[in-house]
Amino acid sequence: MITILGLALLVLPLAGLSSFALRMFIMVGIYIILGLSLNLITGFTGQLSLGHAAFYAIGAYTSAILSTRYGLGFGITAPLSGLAAAFFGLLLGIPTLKLQGAYLAIVTLGFGEIVRITALNWMNLTRGPMGIPGIPSVSLFGYELQSNIGYYYVIYGLAAVTLLVVFRIVNSRIGRALMAIREDELAAQYMGVYTTNYKVLAFTIGAFFAGIAGSFYAHYVSYIDPQSFTFDESIQILSIVILGGMGSIPGTILGASILVTAPEMLRSLQDYRMVIYGLILILMMLIRPQGLLGGVRFGKGGKAKNDASGSKEYNQAIWRAKSS
Amino acid sequence: MLLQQMINGFTLGSAYALTAIGYTMVFGILELVNFSHGAVYMFGAFICLILITTFKINFLMAFLLSLVITGILGMLVDKICLYPLRMKNAPKVTSLISTIGVSIFLQNLVMLLWGSETKNFPMVFNLGTLNIKGFKLSYFQLVIMGTCIVLMIGLTLIIQRTKLGKAMRATAQNMEAAKLMGIHVDQVISFTFFLGAALAAVAGIMIGMYYQTVDPMMGFMTGLKAFAAAVLGGIGVLPGAVIGGLLIGVLETLAAGYIHAGYRDAIAFAILIGVLLVRPVGLLGKPVQKKV
Repeated sequence: MITILGLALLVLPLAGLSSFALRMFIMVGIYIILGLSLNLITGFTGQLSLGHAAFYAIGAYTSAILSTRYGLGFGITAPLSGLAAAFFGLLLGIPTLKLQGAYLAIVTLGFGEIVRITALNWMNLTRGPMGIPGIPSVSLFGYELQSNIGYYYVIYGLAAVTLLVVFRIVNSRIGRALMAIREDELAAQYMGVYTTNYKVLAFTIGAFFAGIAGSFYAHYVSYIDPQSFTFDESIQILSIVILGGMGSIPGTILGASILVTAPEMLRSLQDYRMVIYGLILILMMLIRPQGLLGGVRFGKGGKAKNDASGSKEYNQAIWRAKSS
Repeated sequence: MLLQQMINGFTLGSAYALTAIGYTMVFGILELVNFSHGAVYMFGAFICLILITTFKINFLMAFLLSLVITGILGMLVDKICLYPLRMKNAPKVTSLISTIGVSIFLQNLVMLLWGSETKNFPMVFNLGTLNIKGFKLSYFQLVIMGTCIVLMIGLTLIIQRTKLGKAMRATAQNMEAAKLMGIHVDQVISFTFFLGAALAAVAGIMIGMYYQTVDPMMGFMTGLKAFAAAVLGGIGVLPGAVIGGLLIGVLETLAAGYIHAGYRDAIAFAILIGVLLVRPVGLLGKPVQKKV
């Protein structure tokens, strides 16, 4: 299944897609990375973050500044952007991850706004609302990428790496600890899981990949300004995770594909576009609250199986346990 | 200068406080952050404006009518978008996304119906300003603060003295137990949404009149800041929302005046984060004992 999908993605651009379609695919790729990185934090660890765009922004600005001022290439700026975002993730995570629920939500939201407003006002560093133009295109091993096809392979390469890392983390001792925190933090703590450390770890890794996505975005579009990293952006990423299904890796990929292309598909509706987008969001939640692929397990043999957490009985049991 | 800033801050803070109450009441009962609240606030201001300009209704009638309409909108948001999710016992975060959907929907619906440009809110009554030793205090600022105080007292009376208020408190404490005691929990929740939305409409209309403009995006920042105010005071605690609202209003006005106007919105959030690091449950919130 995965092999087929991978092969399809590999040959797809050779099939002569229009540059618009290729561009859509590239944007989907960026959001797959962003979605996966947030899924690690929100889906697997259960920490609601409403400021993921901040790490995306930090990555994009780090790359933009390093490449326009110091002439560094993508091969250096991308890891540095990831590290810069991870550093801020660590900085934010250590003091705040003892907060819960609405409190954590508002702190992450506030952090996102602070980053955006700083980018808007720190003229010397970010040029404020004028943004940073002329970010050089991606060049790897001496080759400068000229076409969208090149970018396509780079972004899906990065997405594949992200996927692999997230997959390996989730299916390891660390992943089990993260999911234990999601299910019941207190119980996890009593079982000997260092909850704060694991939460900070998830947050930092998530921020790292968001930073990489930001770096790619900056080099790809060659111009960034604070307008690209608003609260709406954080919400878009969160919606991808929730729509696909929290804690589902294939779900995130599906969610990114739908939510990135939906506004484009709806473009012919012009003014009605965002109204319908809002409605879609509400309807999706009402029809399938666990997300499109939430609770669906892709077991051996590619057979989809519902796991217990999707069932009504399980939810009611959880509900009873929490309300008592 | 300082006193002037303080007065402007209190005026703004009153509006934040009224909006924050909606967040805190809903959170108190459902443990849900209702992100549609900012859009509801904006909707309240727009409906009032439309009633005055298009339907030529006099201000007082338009004001009351828009409270009712916005209140009903709040109820509908709950009935259509949140109630079915509660019935399914869906995770809390799906309700959150659903309210974000409502917010996007409402904002763009208003743009579609009445245009996205900033609209002039007519000066309904010109009350003039009071000049005391160099600082200006418009009577309208007094009206805003007065309305805020009156509504707070009214709300406290409703919650503390009436049977419905008792039911609200019981539902907030333990929904299951309240149900077993014969309280119509769904009606109580509907009423809570009605009340929160109507208060947001009051805030929206007053801020619209204060700045004499309304626009479809006006609810966005105010909504976020009112949410910040509710959390700052301790979410779920009513007096906390008021204190949080006033504090954020005053501090951000002072910061804009003395530090840097551009960082105005960032400062409100920085203060919030700072307070939460010292007091993780907000100023008046009580730590909850958790059980496995």
